[in-house]
Amino acid sequence: MDTGSAYSDRKYIIAIIVAAVVVIFISRLFYIQLIDQSYKITADNQAFRYETEYAARGNIFDRNGKRLVYNQAAFDLMVIPSQVKEIDTMEFCNALGIDAETFVRRMEKAKKEGRMRESVFEKEISVENSLRIQEKLFDFPGFFLQARTLRKYPMSVAAHILGYVGEVSPDIVDTSKYYRMGDYIGISGLEKSYERQLRGVRGTRIMMVDVHNQPKGSYMNGAYDTLAVAGNDLYSTLDLDLQLYAEQLLKNKLGSVVAIEPSTGEVLVMATSPSYDPNLLVGSVRSQNYAMLERDTMNPLFNRAMMAYYPPGSTFKIVESLIGQQEGIVVPGTLHPCAGGYPPMGGKPGCHHHPSPLNLTQAIQMSCNSYFSYVFHDIIENRRKYSNTYEAFQAWRNYALSFGIGKKLDSDIPGVLKGSLPTIEYYDRVFGKGSWHASTVISLGIGQAELGITPLQNANIACIIANKGYYYNPHFVKYVGNSRIIDPRWEKKNYTLVTDTSYYNTVIEGMNDVTSAGGTAFASRIPGIDFCGKTGTAQNPHGDNHSVFIAFAPKDHPKIAIAVLIENAGQGAWWAAPIASLIIEKYLKGYIEGPFRQDMEKKMLESDLVHTSRNVKHTRVF
Amino acid sequence: MIRQRKSIFQDVDWIMLLLYLVMVVLGWLNIYAAVYNEEHKSILDTTQRYGHQMLFIGGAFVIAFIILFIDGNLFATFAYPLYGVVMFACVAVIFLSHDISGSRSWFSFGSFGLQPAEFGKFATAMVLAKYLSSMNIRMQDLSTKLVSAAIIVLPMLIIIAERETGSAIVYAAFVFVLYREGLSGNFLLLGFFATVLLVLALIFDKIILVSILGGVAALFLLLIRRTRKNVMIITLAFLISSALVFGANFAFNHLAKHQQVRIKVLLGMEDNPESKKKEGYNVYQSQVAIGSGGFAGKGFLQGTQTKYDYVPEQSTDFIFCTVGEEWGFLGSTFVLLLFLALIWRIIFVAERQRSTFSRIYGYGVASILFFHLTVNVGMTIGLAPVIGIPLPFFSYGGSSLWSFTILLFIFIRLDSDRLQVLR
Repeated sequence: MDTGSAYSDRKYIIAIIVAAVVVIFISRLFYIQLIDQSYKITADNQAFRYETEYAARGNIFDRNGKRLVYNQAAFDLMVIPSQVKEIDTMEFCNALGIDAETFVRRMEKAKKEGRMRESVFEKEISVENSLRIQEKLFDFPGFFLQARTLRKYPMSVAAHILGYVGEVSPDIVDTSKYYRMGDYIGISGLEKSYERQLRGVRGTRIMMVDVHNQPKGSYMNGAYDTLAVAGNDLYSTLDLDLQLYAEQLLKNKLGSVVAIEPSTGEVLVMATSPSYDPNLLVGSVRSQNYAMLERDTMNPLFNRAMMAYYPPGSTFKIVESLIGQQEGIVVPGTLHPCAGGYPPMGGKPGCHHHPSPLNLTQAIQMSCNSYFSYVFHDIIENRRKYSNTYEAFQAWRNYALSFGIGKKLDSDIPGVLKGSLPTIEYYDRVFGKGSWHASTVISLGIGQAELGITPLQNANIACIIANKGYYYNPHFVKYVGNSRIIDPRWEKKNYTLVTDTSYYNTVIEGMNDVTSAGGTAFASRIPGIDFCGKTGTAQNPHGDNHSVFIAFAPKDHPKIAIAVLIENAGQGAWWAAPIASLIIEKYLKGYIEGPFRQDMEKKMLESDLVHTSRNVKHTRVF
Repeated sequence: MIRQRKSIFQDVDWIMLLLYLVMVVLGWLNIYAAVYNEEHKSILDTTQRYGHQMLFIGGAFVIAFIILFIDGNLFATFAYPLYGVVMFACVAVIFLSHDISGSRSWFSFGSFGLQPAEFGKFATAMVLAKYLSSMNIRMQDLSTKLVSAAIIVLPMLIIIAERETGSAIVYAAFVFVLYREGLSGNFLLLGFFATVLLVLALIFDKIILVSILGGVAALFLLLIRRTRKNVMIITLAFLISSALVFGANFAFNHLAKHQQVRIKVLLGMEDNPESKKKEGYNVYQSQVAIGSGGFAGKGFLQGTQTKYDYVPEQSTDFIFCTVGEEWGFLGSTFVLLLFLALIWRIIFVAERQRSTFSRIYGYGVASILFFHLTVNVGMTIGLAPVIGIPLPFFSYGGSSLWSFTILLFIFIRLDSDRLQVLR
């Protein structure tokens, strides 16, 4: 019998079984190729290595083109845990100079961040060490070096202004579209406020790697790669030499120096003491050093120049005299008596010994408390102009605000504080509604009581007087990159409410007398330079008075306005004025002239007010 | 009415020939892509596998020509001697070969090797055809079943002795030939049922499984006529099934560790992620390669998973990964449809033979190709356990290409005589 026909129908069954298997396979392919995306992700994760090309961060230059900050090459050792094979851990640890325990701990950490992802294993390896490690890396699949840059501060100067750069925090990574773990970001100072301009744009290269983690060329010939764009350089307004000089003068003292070019608002110097070497906060030692600086009881991380509030003291009398003139309360010839204090209130606030009565210019020159108490009283109690204390106080307060007191100055550095200027509501709370008058708050008139201003604001007041009525927002960066375009923010004149330049002339004469024979800062006169200043002794409820001095120079066409404050150092004339005069001379002349001045410089540089007893501090040097 | 052939291509089935050519060329291109080497860009570079494969293809064409040239009657005549020679070679290789990763199945000639087991397939197909086409042979006879089984099992045992279990399992494909020739369909069903039961026995608790089987048996006893015969059959079926369930676990526990894990991975019982790196690595990586191909694939030479060695054996057993990765769903479906077309064509051509020998041989060819396709592709897409057998015409390797070429072209040659003789 021929099976050819007997069972020939079975060909259909066999054909159907074959077709069924093919259909099952196609369905499965449909699922893994079109529905389930996880295979695609796994494939990319294992075969692509996303190599980040970090953009070089912009440099920062001073106003004369000298380098303040630049970049130094360094390498991060990266690891992709899934690609790490059995390796000779001992040899690896020796190459890196770590112990086995550290190795295990870091591997665990890297695995936690993602087995397929690259994580930093060892940060910021120097160029020399990286060469040594690179040679051995072939034996350690899963590890590779990643080029980074580290900040370098050649002169170790202006730590607080420049700020520092650190690894981006997880919260920023979560909220930002740009930052990824391991990126650097400016954390303080100009590094922070100009982060966008400085950082540039990171580039990414997609490299294909084989199963042994050997690179196999770029994906699609680099069609999806992006190039890194270097950050822009900043051209700062700081004067490196002058900044350095100011920092040297502040050494072993608590205090700060702020110097501004009045005709532009460009900050020439902002120094605070104690300070720290900005190179301490770079690289792998950053967190350790930061903790150390944070623990320091002298608080070197604190930028006194724009964050510390001091009673303005006598420098406020200048503002007071301007307000008084604008209000028509005083004219240059107005005389007020002084009896070792303010007579109407029984000699409170008190005053030092000087002739009486005084006119306005003399009052400024001798810094008479009584005179300015009269002025303040007369402003507040001016019932021809203001129907009550509130109205008058508000007017007075608005004047003060227009001088940048109690107001956050618009600047390009983070952390600028506004100081304190009491409000009506405040006094209502303290004294009760309607139960306070000019005499209740009389010490405001001489820059005491609740007034608090920062050295930056103080220097800004010096600018206002130098400019006779206005200031530019104090700023630290002239322009970014090669644009040479100055931000309109820095070209705007902020006028005070005291508008008549003749009022300023009166004050300027008084300030000029301060540095002339008979003035409080005569000892700090600069040969060949006619300059204007005002000493202050800010009363400090917590200890010794602060030595304050504001000045601008030269008297005509001023080029520099300055505020110096030395904490717990007594009178302005003793420490603040000499230091200010040295900085002015250095800036205008480039050197310190004559043995008397050089001797002063030497003493200022060498004096230690921090580590010595109170007696030494209060010994007047000049 | 014996006609003189004017050319060796006279009456050749062009469809099979064309499908063969397409597959061989596609295979070559995919081998090129799978082991593509930047330093040896030419597909003709004979220092590389793609160059080798080109030579193998050339050799295959020569073999194909020779076969088409041979007198078709000789195949049937020399079936038994050929079988004897191949079996002898398969035994000899055990004693003469070097151990290559545990298996002793290769004759080495310099850098090339020859695997006699590959040639066992067509020899067995021919002998089976010869035997079943003899006079007075009926599939229903027990003796026929036993002799057929012996013809198939002998090479299996020899190849298992060579420690090439994968290649041995291929011979199970001949059950389709027997089925076509009259073997009861129950054998296929039983085989299917046993496979399902084995898988279930590994996944589920054996006590529960036996209880369910008992329940099913009881249900049958309740519902059908309880003749003595039926009760006997059902009781027997239950006992055998239960034995299988227990036997499956016993057998499984006696497999090699890596085989156990491979099966576990396949059944989704191994959720230890480490196994993705070890025993399950091949299967996982091959699915990653194919899955990442998406709809239209990454493009020729653009595959990363195969080219960069994530998939092991990417030019031999896992060549389908390159197809899946670089040509995507479209390409891999196309390749599967090519195989379906070839197998269907072989079945169609087999059925038109007047010679029983030719028909049975044709079914042998179809069964072998089908089995290779099922296990090889099934393995790469995670539907079959990892059994190292090649994808016909695609996988790199001279022995397998030549043996499949011989297998197919003998059939093409036999078919070209279909109008001449009745054997």
